[in-house]
Amino acid sequence: MTLLTRTIAFIGFSLTANSALAIEYTSVLQDKSTLTFTSRQMGVPVHGRFSKFTARITFDPARPESAKAEITVDLASIDAGSKDANDEVVGKQWFNVKMFPTATFSSTNIKTVGVARYEVTGPLIIKGRSAPVVAAFSFKSEGTNAVFDGAFTLKRVDFTVGEGAWADISTVANEVQVNFRLVAAPSVASPAKSK
Amino acid sequence: MIATRYSPVAIWLHWLVAIMILISFGVGLCMPDLSLSPFKLQLYSWHKWAGVTIFGLVLVRIVWRLTHPVPPLPQEMPRWQRAMATGAHYFLYALMIAIPLTGWLMSSAKGFQTVYFGVLPIPDLLEKSEDLGETLALVHKTLNFTMVAIVFAHAAAALKHHFVDKDAILARMLPTSQK
Repeated sequence: MTLLTRTIAFIGFSLTANSALAIEYTSVLQDKSTLTFTSRQMGVPVHGRFSKFTARITFDPARPESAKAEITVDLASIDAGSKDANDEVVGKQWFNVKMFPTATFSSTNIKTVGVARYEVTGPLIIKGRSAPVVAAFSFKSEGTNAVFDGAFTLKRVDFTVGEGAWADISTVANEVQVNFRLVAAPSVASPAKSK
Repeated sequence: MIATRYSPVAIWLHWLVAIMILISFGVGLCMPDLSLSPFKLQLYSWHKWAGVTIFGLVLVRIVWRLTHPVPPLPQEMPRWQRAMATGAHYFLYALMIAIPLTGWLMSSAKGFQTVYFGVLPIPDLLEKSEDLGETLALVHKTLNFTMVAIVFAHAAAALKHHFVDKDAILARMLPTSQK
């Protein structure tokens, strides 16, 4: 009886201690994070990337549901796979970066779907048009940092990315697979960080 | 009995490949200068699919040629002409293999995989590299213009035989109406 009480007390203490010591990851390391995508032209996968984006996240593995993410992508920083394509996609019919320089994503909901696997939902805004996105991602710690690897598929037509002749999805497919890898350091204010 | 004509399979393969090369060459010559559009992307894909098809047909031609005797050149042809004709044929076969191969390698180096008919991915042998892509583009182009020169000589020689020498050299590669 006493043993059981003590055990429960101990578990209770551990849980409290655990959450008190929880690490919250808040500062995204730009140079270690990547944002890549794969589109298809005539069935050919073409890989591209955005080299400039900022991400603000708060993620506590002990309380993933309260995590938040806000990502802003500098669309002009695109590498769409070739010089021809790079010149084209910043133009009016594609991203129209003069009018709409950035794309943004803000999380509205995060749920746990497996061990260290989550699903984040939220609106993605490109070219002034918003469409909901559900992205699966995983969490793992690498040294003191957190690594979030995730992917989702968007439909470019939802954002009128590719207008005029490009609206035809038989040449450049509608589906674009987006892959992200965000590396974040724990926040300086974190109680886990001993100085 | 010594054959005096090419076999029907050899004849049809010859003309099929000739027509495909002619069209692919023309498309390949024009497409880089077009401004980017869905049509340009389609042309590039068609050009690559044609290249893969030509490569396959040329392999069939080589196997066919190695397993079926070729009608001999007329004895009255000067020795140097026979040597030139044979040499040109070897050269053309080499080009018909090398041109699709350099096209495929160039495409890989430029970061675009070749997906046959949009469904069958052909592996990339090379990593993406802009410099290598440019070099291979130059090689592909040079080989093509070399082929133009040889094809011109090949066709001119055939026509000369037909209209000047009035021999059966051209006729033995032409399809016949009777079975």
